[in-house]
Amino acid sequence: MANNNNNRPVFLNLFRIHLPVTAVLSLAHRGTGVLLFLLIPGLIYLLGLSLESPQGYQQVLSLVEEPLWRSVLILIAWFLAHHLFAGIRYLLIDIDIGIDTVISRHSSWMVIIAGIVVMLITSVVLL
Amino acid sequence: MSRHLAGLRAWLWQRLSALYLAVYLLLFLLHMLTDAPGSYSEWRASLSDPWVALAMMLFFMALLMHAWVGIRDVIIDYVQWSALRLIMLALTGLGLLACGLWALDILLAVMK
Repeated sequence: MANNNNNRPVFLNLFRIHLPVTAVLSLAHRGTGVLLFLLIPGLIYLLGLSLESPQGYQQVLSLVEEPLWRSVLILIAWFLAHHLFAGIRYLLIDIDIGIDTVISRHSSWMVIIAGIVVMLITSVVLL
Repeated sequence: MSRHLAGLRAWLWQRLSALYLAVYLLLFLLHMLTDAPGSYSEWRASLSDPWVALAMMLFFMALLMHAWVGIRDVIIDYVQWSALRLIMLALTGLGLLACGLWALDILLAVMK
C-alpha cells in the first residue's frame, strides 16, 4: 500500500470543530437524558415522601419556596422540556417528517427555543 | 436483559415508552394545572384509585425502560474498556430495577 502513512496528523482540537445545530441537538438530547436518568431516584424519593405523611407532603411542597431548589426545579423543567421536544422531533424524523437538511436545521432551532420558552414560563410560574 | 432489549426491539421500546411518557406527562401537568390536589389527604386519595396508581406504575415502568435503553446506548458508545462497561451496565440495570421495586412498593402501600 503506497499510501499507508502512520504519521498522518490527527486533528482533534475540539474548539475548532464546528458542529451543525442538528449535532448540538443530538448531544444535548443525550446530555439531558443522562441528567434526567440521574434524577430518577430523587423523583421516587419525593413521591414516597409526599405520600408518607402530611409532614412529608408539606416538606415536598416547601421545596418550591426555597430559592436554591426553585432554581434547580427550573433547570430540571428546562432539561425535561428540551429532551421531550427533541424526542418528538426524532419521532417525526422516524416517520420521514422534517428529514430535509434545511427543515431539520430549522426544527432544531425550534426545539432549542421551545425548551427555553418552557424554562422562562416555569420561572414566571415559580417566582 | 440486554438480549431481549437490543437492536430493533430496543429501538421500538424506546419509542413506545417515549410516547407513553409524553402523554402521561402532558395529562399529569394538565391535571395539576386545572384540578391539583389541595391537601395531603386529597393527594393520597387520588392515588388510592387503582387506575390512577396503575397509570403511574406504567409511567415508572416506561421511564425505567426508556432510561435503560438510553443509558445502555451511551455506555456502549463511550465506555471502551469491556470490564468497566459490563460493570456499569450491571450497576445501571440493578439500580433501575431497584427504582422500579421502590416505586411499586410506594404505590402498593397507598392502596392498602
